[in-house]
Amino acid sequence: MPSIEQGLYQLGRLDELAGQDTSVHRLDPRAKVVTTLVFLICVVSFGKYEILSMLPFAIFPIVMAGQGNLPLDFLARRLLIVAPFAVVVGMFNPLLDRAVVVQLGGLGVSGGWISFTSIMIRFGLTTVAALVLVGTTSFYSVCMAIERLGAPDVFATQLLFLYRYIFVLGEDAMRMARARALRSFDGRGMGLRVYGHILGHLLLRTYDRAQRVYLAMLCRGFDGQVRVIKAPHMTGRDVAFMVGWSVAFLFFRFNNVPLLLGRVATRVIA
Amino acid sequence: MSHHTIEMRDVDFSYPDGTPALEGVSFTITHGESVAIVGANGAGKSTLLMHLNGFLMPTSGAVRVGDAPVTKETLRDVRKTVGMVFQDPDDQLFMPTVHEDVAFGPMNLGLPVEEIETRVDDALERVNASRLKNRPPYRLSGGEKRAVAIATVLAMWPSILVMDEPTSNLDPRARRDLIELLRTFEHSKLIATHDLDMALDLCDRTIVMKDGAITADGPTAEIFSDDALLDASRLERPLSMRDPGPGDTA
Repeated sequence: MPSIEQGLYQLGRLDELAGQDTSVHRLDPRAKVVTTLVFLICVVSFGKYEILSMLPFAIFPIVMAGQGNLPLDFLARRLLIVAPFAVVVGMFNPLLDRAVVVQLGGLGVSGGWISFTSIMIRFGLTTVAALVLVGTTSFYSVCMAIERLGAPDVFATQLLFLYRYIFVLGEDAMRMARARALRSFDGRGMGLRVYGHILGHLLLRTYDRAQRVYLAMLCRGFDGQVRVIKAPHMTGRDVAFMVGWSVAFLFFRFNNVPLLLGRVATRVIA
Repeated sequence: MSHHTIEMRDVDFSYPDGTPALEGVSFTITHGESVAIVGANGAGKSTLLMHLNGFLMPTSGAVRVGDAPVTKETLRDVRKTVGMVFQDPDDQLFMPTVHEDVAFGPMNLGLPVEEIETRVDDALERVNASRLKNRPPYRLSGGEKRAVAIATVLAMWPSILVMDEPTSNLDPRARRDLIELLRTFEHSKLIATHDLDMALDLCDRTIVMKDGAITADGPTAEIFSDDALLDASRLERPLSMRDPGPGDTA
């Protein structure tokens, strides 16, 4: 099952990118998490027919990816992989909502198509922002930042282990899938029933492993809290980053920037 | 009394479903001893190890580590004293980087930052893994993982090392390196293993288990020459102690 291998490789790649040393990578993880959160809330809270006023938000991931040295084709590929989910979510809008709201030349555009576009833009912005966050911060630092921002320990620890063991679990699954493929012929043995058995087996194995990992943690004095060695300090630069972008997001949120620009432009011309 | 001792007295243990796993296990390991525990699959080796850290509590009988009996109240000290290296290093390396993993234990002990850093560096140096410090554990080879897993335990400064199959899944060279490494440790050591040659190399004393009970306990060389005992315990002489077969001219 090459898709599992691919997936693991891509995750590892994201980790490597996060290990770079650029001005964006050096920012305090908390500053990046908060900024991204404000970004997400602003984008998600737009009305369902908004398109234009969301566009300025693209500046944030573009600047971050540029400064953080994240390859665009990597981000684009990740985005495409998740895209089908967003398409499924918005798929029925054009069918259900057929009232024409805008006339473009001779073409009537229905509300459904507009809200579909809006969903796709929203999806693109939020996904890229999340990718950029992890690609410039590392999953581990994000978890620790969430914890220090006041999220429950259990939550941060869960995320951390999810990330660490997805590699082990993925390799387990890969080996089982390979073993099955080796003894399946003419499509026999590749059915859903066997798939169910494999999943069940994987679950039991994971459960066993979870217990062993927990023992290993207890052995080394685990008491429910994962500690960090160096708690980073927020510097003026971090605060400036956070406040600066947040203010910009709020401005984008409550002003239709493309429209403003358009008005200014027409006034200059006139 | 020293911290470096382990004592089991008449330990019986049955799993919750009633399967008996240990029956009347008694032994004492004194300061600085290296002891191998050998036995067929399912003989109870791993179950026995689980008792040394209080993961399992005996159904009857008593376990003592150092000066204290293993009870709920002494667990913290017991776990500090007994460093346990698991069979599968992936179970033991759960943090995002080697550095953080080795630091995990000392950090939970509440040590100051400088002390933690020194311990991490020392432990990694002991197992020749300093260059792996910033690597994520899932990117390491089997031998490297094993070395780092041992470092995570060393950083706790345990008095006793308990290992479950330390040489399993290692290539010959990695196995040899590991044996040489273990030889340098002055801790009391208890090693459960199928690698009888390693037992012969490292341990002066061997405990043989069968069906949850100890069937022999004595000098390693003596035990491995007792063919009747080995056969009854589903074991074989280590390769290095075998007579050349009829086909061999050496």
